[in-house]
Amino acid sequence: MMKKLQLALQINKLNKIYSDGTVALKSISFEVNKGDFFGLLGPNGAGKTTAIEIITSITNKTSGSVTINNIDIDSNFPLAKKKLGFVPQELNFNIFETPLQIILKQAGYYGIMRKDVTSRAEYLLKKLRLWDKKDTPCRNLSGGMKRRLMIVRALIHEPELLLLDEPTAGIDVELRREMLSFIKEINNSGTTIILTTHYLEEAESLCNNVAIIDNGEIIKKSSVKDLIKTLDTETFILNLENNISTAPKILDYNFTMIDSNTLAVEINNKQNLNDLFSKLSKSKIKVLSLKNKANRLEEYFIKLTENKIR
Amino acid sequence: MKNLCLVSLYTLLRAEILRITRIWPQTIIPPIITSTLYYLIFGKLIGTRIGTMAGTDYIVFITPGLIIMSLITNSYMNVVSSFYFARFSKSIEEILISPMLNLVILIGYISAGIFRGMIVAFLVLLVSLFFTSIKLYSICLTIFIAFLASLLMSLFGFLNGMFARTFDDTTIVSTFLLTPLIYLGGIFYTTSLLPKPWDLIATLNPILHIVNAFRYAMIGVTDVNVINAILIIILSCVLLTVISLILLTKGYGIRK
Ligand SMILES: Nc1ncnc2c1ncn2[C@@H]1O[C@H](COP(=O)(O)OP(=O)(O)OP(=O)(O)O)[C@@H](O)[C@H]1O
Ligand SMILES: [Mg+2]
Repeated sequence: MMKKLQLALQINKLNKIYSDGTVALKSISFEVNKGDFFGLLGPNGAGKTTAIEIITSITNKTSGSVTINNIDIDSNFPLAKKKLGFVPQELNFNIFETPLQIILKQAGYYGIMRKDVTSRAEYLLKKLRLWDKKDTPCRNLSGGMKRRLMIVRALIHEPELLLLDEPTAGIDVELRREMLSFIKEINNSGTTIILTTHYLEEAESLCNNVAIIDNGEIIKKSSVKDLIKTLDTETFILNLENNISTAPKILDYNFTMIDSNTLAVEINNKQNLNDLFSKLSKSKIKVLSLKNKANRLEEYFIKLTENKIR
Repeated sequence: MKNLCLVSLYTLLRAEILRITRIWPQTIIPPIITSTLYYLIFGKLIGTRIGTMAGTDYIVFITPGLIIMSLITNSYMNVVSSFYFARFSKSIEEILISPMLNLVILIGYISAGIFRGMIVAFLVLLVSLFFTSIKLYSICLTIFIAFLASLLMSLFGFLNGMFARTFDDTTIVSTFLLTPLIYLGGIFYTTSLLPKPWDLIATLNPILHIVNAFRYAMIGVTDVNVINAILIIILSCVLLTVISLILLTKGYGIRK
């Protein structure tokens, strides 16, 4: 039996021209299925935040349509926003208020009474390790704490669609890992997630589908699996035992010297490392260790957008 | 939906009132100090030399003016600074992303302005009791006009907070428009003292109508027709409400 996938978000020919004339989005279209973990990737200034802020109503669209859970935002935006959660890229709370005040207030704006949400507030604050700080004015929180607070705030009303605009920027490694596994947990329990991030290993490990946006246009829509399959080369960094003066010339392999004992080599999907190593040792080059130059999605991304940095 | 409106309104109003009480040295204390100074200088020192104004003791004459002046400035300042700060700090986005209706947003901010205006007016009234005694002409009318005046000034503050591009813009209007209108609004004198045609020109000042309507309600003395004054205030409120709602719907100054 074919089951039609329900859409959490449908964006059609969306355009945005800011009042100063900046064209931020050029007729972009994409869809996100219910339950998906969707990545919106792209270089600085590509239009990711613009797209996300249009979905949340912080930014007005110039033209095009946006449908959230089958509700067209032009017909009933308040209803569409009821089950929407949003973590912005920049801090947007009153720094004189405390985390608890901010969260309970946000719940109230969604029509949830304080007494109905106190236990959830406690659970989320503890989960994101902010419980100790719940009564501290936010101006006294660290940068990472402020960002975690915005995640708690976005989850307080149990959203069905969660928009995360670079939620992990400035959060330390351990907490980031914890936070991402929590976000994954939320996704597993049915919440649709749209994530923008510059940490592509994050996108690779979390997202099922991605859209890559550049200069206001979507230049690629695909599942992460398929994207990685299309990568035909991978770059490895080799750490050598002895110093060399020039990059070795070995048939079929493309070496670049990084310094006197570090080499980069591109391996395509028809080559293998065993062959490379045996040819290197014939040339008296001994490899101490190797590592991937970047993660695979990152390589794909760089190829796609290189020479386009503005 | 009804639940959403009520809970979100309660939440916004609660946050706004918390703000007023959190910064009480800036919100509650200054009007008490200034009105005390006015009473000492204009009431006690100079007032005794002036004698009567419009047939009443000068200190009694200025009391409604001083009360309504505090109410006007505090209602206005509360909304303009709170709303502008919410825009400036982007915390307005907490409201924008929620399903709250524009009308509820407006009512929330305006109610807080009315709240502060009324509290301050009451405190200044208490201060006045140290200097003079007043028999209220009509309690109901006094409260009604105080309410209308704070409603109007809150709406005015809301629009100012919406149009302001910088912090300076929030003070420009109060320095160059509101303060002159207040001082020329007949708090300290009756328009019958003004030479022609200034007595007529003065009636173009909306604050004059507020001051006189309030003075009539408190002590039964007025320069203008009170019914007209009330109608002018109500019509202005309606007009500013409609403008505010249209701008909110367009997202003027708050949505990019
Ligand atoms: N309020 C604004 N007014 C005018 N132009 C804007 C505004 N906000 C963003 N832009 C412009 O729109 C374009 C897209 O910006 P946007 O913030 O959406 O990029 P982004 O993909 O989120 O970038 P980043 O990765 O740096 O967050 C940029 O050229 C930016 O300068
Ligand atoms: Mg961005």
